[in-house]
Amino acid sequence: MAIIEARDIRKVYGNLEVLHDVDLSVEEGEILGLIGPSGSGKSTLLRILDLIEPPSGGELSVFGTDTVAERSRWLDLRRRMGMLFQRPIVFNASVYDNVAMGLRYRGVSGSDIDRKVKEALDAVGLSRYIKSRATDLSGGEQQRVALSRVLVTDPEILFLDEPTANLDPGSTATIERIVADLNREAGMTVLISTHDLAQGQRLAHRIAVMIEGTVAQAGSPHAVFHEPGSRKIAGFVGVQNIIPGRVVSRQGGLTTVAAKDRRIISATPSPADEVFVVIRGEDISLHRREPGYEEAENLFPARVTAIESMAPFVNVTVDCGCDLVVLMPARRAEALEIHVGMEVWVSLPAKVVHLVPQNGP
Amino acid sequence: MDMKTQTRSTDPLPADGEPVAATRWKRERKRYTDWCTLGFCILGGLLVGITVLALANITMAELADPAHLIKIATSSTVIESILLTFGAGASAVLLLIVFGTPLAYILARSRPSRFKGVVESIIDIPLILPHTVAGLLVYLLFMRRGWLGAPLSDIGLAFEDALPGTIVAMLFVASPFYINSMREGFEKVPVHLENVARTLGAGTFTMFRTVSLPLSLRHMYSGAILAWGRAIGEFAGVIMIAYYPFIISTLIYYSFTTDGIRASRSIAFTVILISFGVFYLLRRMTRHLGRYDDRV
Repeated sequence: MAIIEARDIRKVYGNLEVLHDVDLSVEEGEILGLIGPSGSGKSTLLRILDLIEPPSGGELSVFGTDTVAERSRWLDLRRRMGMLFQRPIVFNASVYDNVAMGLRYRGVSGSDIDRKVKEALDAVGLSRYIKSRATDLSGGEQQRVALSRVLVTDPEILFLDEPTANLDPGSTATIERIVADLNREAGMTVLISTHDLAQGQRLAHRIAVMIEGTVAQAGSPHAVFHEPGSRKIAGFVGVQNIIPGRVVSRQGGLTTVAAKDRRIISATPSPADEVFVVIRGEDISLHRREPGYEEAENLFPARVTAIESMAPFVNVTVDCGCDLVVLMPARRAEALEIHVGMEVWVSLPAKVVHLVPQNGP
Repeated sequence: MDMKTQTRSTDPLPADGEPVAATRWKRERKRYTDWCTLGFCILGGLLVGITVLALANITMAELADPAHLIKIATSSTVIESILLTFGAGASAVLLLIVFGTPLAYILARSRPSRFKGVVESIIDIPLILPHTVAGLLVYLLFMRRGWLGAPLSDIGLAFEDALPGTIVAMLFVASPFYINSMREGFEKVPVHLENVARTLGAGTFTMFRTVSLPLSLRHMYSGAILAWGRAIGEFAGVIMIAYYPFIISTLIYYSFTTDGIRASRSIAFTVILISFGVFYLLRRMTRHLGRYDDRV
């Protein structure tokens, strides 16, 4: 059974609609990544799911409780959840007092608080700062204090609102490791919002993409990153090639699409006549000469027209009748001596060519 | 390089080994006058000058006859009146803290609306009214036949010429000072700090008690001092409903009209000294209170 079930959630501030038609269900024990551009409503949705603020409309059940009908139980429900915010927020008090806050709110006895706070600080590697003033710590350390402050209350659902947006890679890795361990060992359900696509892929079992105030697509990381549901989602998940085209034939499970002067074969059943061809740059192989043996359905001669550094990768734009961007390691591009004007071959299997309708959402 | 050569050529070498820059700065400062700053200082100085002159005036007069000053200052009428005024003011502030703090919090956290605007205007009414009008309003409401005065006098709470009357008049005129200051304080508490408390399992009141209120203590304190100062200085507002018991302003006015300048001046001087002392102490205490407010 879903631990969180949201239907048609809507949130309006004044006359600004921040969320509309949000449908989302979260399974117990999973890590759900919420990705989307800034301002797409991720933080607002998390605040609503954590019952910090009520939605303007829709249905929401948490732990199987209908939150609309049982408003008086919000505090009890909220005490079974925890949230970590984007900015490291600590109170101007000792680290100990910061971590103890949630336990004190729950009326836990002094000796239990003592024991749990020490355990929680051990878990995030901050035991030595127990007596320090929390505001004196660095940003990364403050965020770890904030995390242990949440974890000490043993939440069944943990919300993370872009928890590592302001942190250095080291602190980010620590926090990601703690969250992944908790999920694996304690079965904690985790909702993490992030605009760091790589983080979403690393951590999440399932990903929901938010675009302009609603969940545009939810599915496995593979589905979201390789088979995005629309042009906008494809753009957000960093697909380099989104090319308008027209379906010219369908046979044997393969669809042929004409994109400018090139026909590309796709394994996607065609969703419409007018489509966008969606291809990730790393799925295209680039060869110096025509390969003697190639399994890929698409093999085209091409000419290099631009090279753009994306350290440690490069985007190589080639013209093969239509423009394609190939993502490859910079060292490999050097080894192949790729340069503008060079004649090359590109190949791509039909199954990496994804199609979305042009008139879709 | 260019600048260095220029400096050397226009600047004679200092005789006693003083750094070049220092002498140049000194000379430049003498040569250049910022007329704007100077003008502002003169205008402001005139204003402060009036207060200084007034204080110097009364001080000189009083110090000329210390025996008379001491006699007046230690008379039971004056001491009782000062204690009464300060006590009534403190009671008014206490009531303001109890009733005004929740109001200020609601105002700080509610979204702008027409209703909120109306409430804010109502709170500010005592600020814009002449004090006699404020006094009359309080009198008409709390007098023996007034809307509130009648039922309350039935249960034995009389306002006319009684301490409760003094307190309620002080409360009325001082309320905007406290409420506005407190509201400002609550507005400065970031909502995300409150959200953190709530996600950690605090109910609304617990969150208010453990986060919002402690972080606004400094505003509460300065608002209370401001309101208290306003309350103990009230005259016109108070005499309408409670000419007796004499608060200090009434006593000075009474003494001025019956005994003349000399007696009233000595009372006034006593009040000045005590008020200075008290406010200085209160302000000093704010410094320690301020610590809690420094946060991320």
